[in-house]
Amino acid sequence: MKMISAVIKHFRLDEVRKSLTDMGIEGMTVTEVKGFGRQKGHMEVYRGVEYEVKFLPKIKIEVAIPKERLDAVLKAIQESARTGETGSIGDGKIFVYNLEDVIRVRTGERGKEAI
Amino acid sequence: MKRLLSILFAALTLLSIASFAFAEEAAAAASKIDTGDTAWMLISTALVMLMTPGLALFYGGMVRRKNVLGTIMQSFIALGVVTIIWVLYGYSLSFGPDVGHVIGNLDWAFLNGVGLEPNTDYAATIPHQTFMIFQMMFAVITPALITGAFAERFKFSTYLVFIVVWVTFVYFPLAHWVWGVGGWIRNLGALDFAGGLVVHISSGVSALAAAIVVGKRKGYGKEAMMPHNVTMTLLGAGLLWFGWFGFNGGSAVASGALATSAFVVTHIATAAAALSWTFAEWKHRGKPTALGAASGAVAGLVAITPASGFVGPMSSIVIGLVAGALCYWAVNLKTKFGYDDSLDAVGVHGVGGTWGAIATGLFASKAINAAGNDGLFFGNSSLMVNQLISIGACWVYSFVITLIILKVLDAVMGLRVDEEDEMAGLDHAQHGESGYTL
Repeated sequence: MKMISAVIKHFRLDEVRKSLTDMGIEGMTVTEVKGFGRQKGHMEVYRGVEYEVKFLPKIKIEVAIPKERLDAVLKAIQESARTGETGSIGDGKIFVYNLEDVIRVRTGERGKEAI
Repeated sequence: MKRLLSILFAALTLLSIASFAFAEEAAAAASKIDTGDTAWMLISTALVMLMTPGLALFYGGMVRRKNVLGTIMQSFIALGVVTIIWVLYGYSLSFGPDVGHVIGNLDWAFLNGVGLEPNTDYAATIPHQTFMIFQMMFAVITPALITGAFAERFKFSTYLVFIVVWVTFVYFPLAHWVWGVGGWIRNLGALDFAGGLVVHISSGVSALAAAIVVGKRKGYGKEAMMPHNVTMTLLGAGLLWFGWFGFNGGSAVASGALATSAFVVTHIATAAAALSWTFAEWKHRGKPTALGAASGAVAGLVAITPASGFVGPMSSIVIGLVAGALCYWAVNLKTKFGYDDSLDAVGVHGVGGTWGAIATGLFASKAINAAGNDGLFFGNSSLMVNQLISIGACWVYSFVITLIILKVLDAVMGLRVDEEDEMAGLDHAQHGESGYTL
């Protein structure tokens, strides 16, 4: 099993959710996060005073999936999170981890059954 | 004998009723309360009252979230404190019978003699109490304006004492100088329709003194101190704009032509100033910001205030355009001078008010208000001289007295919260509350 953690732009969340649910992914966890990548931050000016905004707001999606679906899910997220035709700086990143186990609280099912 | 007494008593009663009725009739004939004027003045009073919670939102949005309640509270509580001081002795010191052209006496303390009959010196067609409470709302908002200079670090207990002392020694004398019968600036012939000197220069200059005495916020210049809710600030600016129609329109102390003129130029100047700040910032920094548009509107409102009863619509466009760009420039200067006027009370109210008082000397016209005077652009230079004298006097007096008040309060009870409380934020440290639980 794999755990996918994707950091994306706020306004792509609905697209990403749709592409994943369309392919039968049943659950995900979404968190509002802040961070920076190569894009760095940006400057904001309030009444003539400049502030460097070092951490930009992003959305983090976490999805647990069976190993065999990995490539399809990665492709779906990448395509739906990309902005514009060719994508742009700040579109985000996808991290993939090995997932040891999953337990459904209600039934006690484990592993793939619980995803 | 008993019968005789009862007849005598009945006759006396009848006589007193008759004479009472006669006296009331005579008073009514002399005073003539106008219900239209009274209605407009009561509405204006309510509009001006709304400016203080509007200011609370305007300022509250510009501080960090840990100080939102502390900042709002500083404006809100002024409604409580100044109202009580005003009816105890403030109105009497401001508008009561003159003492040496500098202050009113205490004849009207506790609202003695301030009843429901008009006072023809100030407003011949509305109850005296209507005029009293309209003026009260000005006294309420003025010290609240100063809080922009020391937001995020001032002790609430000291603040309460500060506003009592400040209105007593700065606001009431200035109000008497400018508007009180016998006041020396009024006698001089300087014009201040709705409080450019009394409200805006006094608060803006006091804010400068306060920013210097209180000192910078911890981490100022090193940490980001961004506004936590600009939408709240815009809402507050909108409420200020709305309330200002009462502030300036009501300063005609009657409904009708002059109130309309003041209302119209108030709106025009504000619109022009909002545009002017926005475009100045756009050109200078590359982006037209919402905070800039709100700040420009307030700068326009401030600048048109002293001129509002004396200038025409086209003059008000110029006053507004200059106000927006000038105050934008002044606010930018703050970083060069190195004092921490957290929310730009100096740049907006001090500079905007000063420009407005000068503009009155330039653009005032008897064609707009026969009771006013002609300004420099209408062929009369003497008004400008009077305006400059009154501006200078107001600057020096407000600055020096506020400096003294704050130095004394600092020695007696301390001005600032301690370092730990400043880091934690005023909301938690001073009030035991949080603005947001999310």
